[in-house]
Amino acid sequence: MDALLSNLALGLSTAVTLDNITFCFIGVLLGTLIGVLPGIGPLATIAMLLPATYKMTDPTTALIMLAGIYYGAQYGGSTTAILVNLPGETSSVVTTLDGYQMARKGRAGPALAISAIGSFFAGTVATFLIAAFAPPLSEIAFKFGPAEYFALMVLGMIAAVVLAHGSFLKALAMVVLGLLLGMIGTDVNSGVARFSFDVPELTDGIEFVVVAMGMFGFGEIIANLEQKEHREVFTSKVGRLLPSMQEFKASVLPIFRGTAIGSMLGILPGGGSVLGSFSSYAIEKKLSKHPEQFGKGAIEGVAGPESANNAGAQTSFIPMLTLGIPTTPVMALMVAAMMIHNIQPGPQVMTSNPPLFWGLITSMWVGNLLLVILNLPLIGLWIKLLTVPYRVLYPAILLFCVIGAYSINNNVFDVFMTLPFAVLGYLFKKLDCEPAPLLLGFVLGELMEEYLRRAMTISRGDWSVFITRPLSATMLGIALVLVVIVFMPAIAKKRKEAFAEEEG
Amino acid sequence: MRIRNHRDLWAGVMFFVFGAGFALGSLNYQVGSAARMGPGYFPLLLGIILALLGLAIFAGAFATSNEELQISKVGWWEIGLILGAVALFALVLPQLGIIVAITLLIVVAAFASHEFRLRDTIISIIVLLVMSYLVFVKGLELQFPLWPKFISN
Repeated sequence: MDALLSNLALGLSTAVTLDNITFCFIGVLLGTLIGVLPGIGPLATIAMLLPATYKMTDPTTALIMLAGIYYGAQYGGSTTAILVNLPGETSSVVTTLDGYQMARKGRAGPALAISAIGSFFAGTVATFLIAAFAPPLSEIAFKFGPAEYFALMVLGMIAAVVLAHGSFLKALAMVVLGLLLGMIGTDVNSGVARFSFDVPELTDGIEFVVVAMGMFGFGEIIANLEQKEHREVFTSKVGRLLPSMQEFKASVLPIFRGTAIGSMLGILPGGGSVLGSFSSYAIEKKLSKHPEQFGKGAIEGVAGPESANNAGAQTSFIPMLTLGIPTTPVMALMVAAMMIHNIQPGPQVMTSNPPLFWGLITSMWVGNLLLVILNLPLIGLWIKLLTVPYRVLYPAILLFCVIGAYSINNNVFDVFMTLPFAVLGYLFKKLDCEPAPLLLGFVLGELMEEYLRRAMTISRGDWSVFITRPLSATMLGIALVLVVIVFMPAIAKKRKEAFAEEEG
Repeated sequence: MRIRNHRDLWAGVMFFVFGAGFALGSLNYQVGSAARMGPGYFPLLLGIILALLGLAIFAGAFATSNEELQISKVGWWEIGLILGAVALFALVLPQLGIIVAITLLIVVAAFASHEFRLRDTIISIIVLLVMSYLVFVKGLELQFPLWPKFISN
């Protein structure tokens, strides 16, 4: 405990210097401003702003600012998910389910406020957890062999499929299609360019942002424009900004649970923050006294996943900081930023550069505090976005999307690539196929193949390895139970009724 | 045998085509064995799974328990204009620069709305041009040509 306190004191003395706190604030502000733009998620935001930190001389300041950008962008992304139903990244897909429904019913203010409060609480707890458990927690990740990683991803996908609207088989097919789309590009093992049709740009694979923008951004715009008669107008019913006491009370437990589950799953590689928000949603729906409200604007469906999301985003730093392994695309960018400043990420950072290590960790808490201070007053401003008529808003969304797509590689190729995904997204909508599971598969495709390959190489082609290893067997067992539950006649009927109500 | 759910029917066809396509495509690469997976192994496996799921969904479209659903009307006009606007943007950006590209994007996209208003569109273009200049060109220093090549050269 003494060691922890002295470490935190060292961190705090690093994080609250004038320079660092200023850049942390700038990072949070820029991150929110850009992250709030529809179709631009944390990854695109950090990628865009990364060059701005190259010129900084102190790597600690640069990393603190980048981390600030990350939280800012994440919160901004949740704002967009709630207000315009456009998730900037997979982990805020869940937020659209109930957040957007709340906005439609004039409760955008409470949704945003609860999201900010939940995120701050989760961020505080997660920061403390990182500080306390970074060294021992890394050993959990050590216990994971390739078979466990693979089993974990299967579990995550099945959980996502169970959550999706409508037909289980269709959602499962969407995950598999996502995995296949993730295969496009150069195979890391053999160096063979797969399904690239000799297009040089395709050998690097398809960007997540391109898929998300095409399917969610453009697909959504086209579908909205098509509905000529009853287009949604928010203007008349913005409602109050802060949550009522009742809403607040309803959110407290989901925030606690979301924080706990998000922190735990965030450590695990392979889309930790995604699993956290999906699992939290599933748990809240399960525990709720009125599960039929979920998907129609239940505040618990925002509070839990948003807390889990932020806790996971935070604890996903643990494997990066302690093992030097980036577990999410965002962490991969952080690793790149460290390398640029001549810091080799890994266990040695904690001992060789304690001010940087602990400074970064405490700055996470400072960043979250700044975020909540900055955003609670701005909620009114974000809501004003809703009162802009759609005919003015959608060209602007379109513009941000194309510029976002262009800025990934400074190349119009990625802009062109959004077109087939827009067509696909539209087709999916027409055929009642939920696109969120596809995105999850798409992100995990390459990792999943890699872990399957490694597990099978170690077991010499024996598939039983997944059930003879206890951790892996447990996770696959849970996945199987989930599938069985979905197919049990009583539940299948109830599920169908619940979804039918939503569509009505 | 009567088709009950047309959306499921075509979704099944779509998944089957994708699955079969990826499975056949992966045969171009070395497949290998479970212990020594080649680049074709995992995609082949997934492709077969997807094709089978497609067949199951297709079959489900005939099931008497399935609800009666038609495919809603396709908005060709909106699709064409929105995708056309994006394609046009990407096409002209390298040669004509960001200012021309943004203007074209907004004009074409605005026509897709059934409540198109000229005044709003002109204001949108001006506001978005100024904002794009400040945020993307000055603020983020994104790399793209500002003006058409024949003017700036």
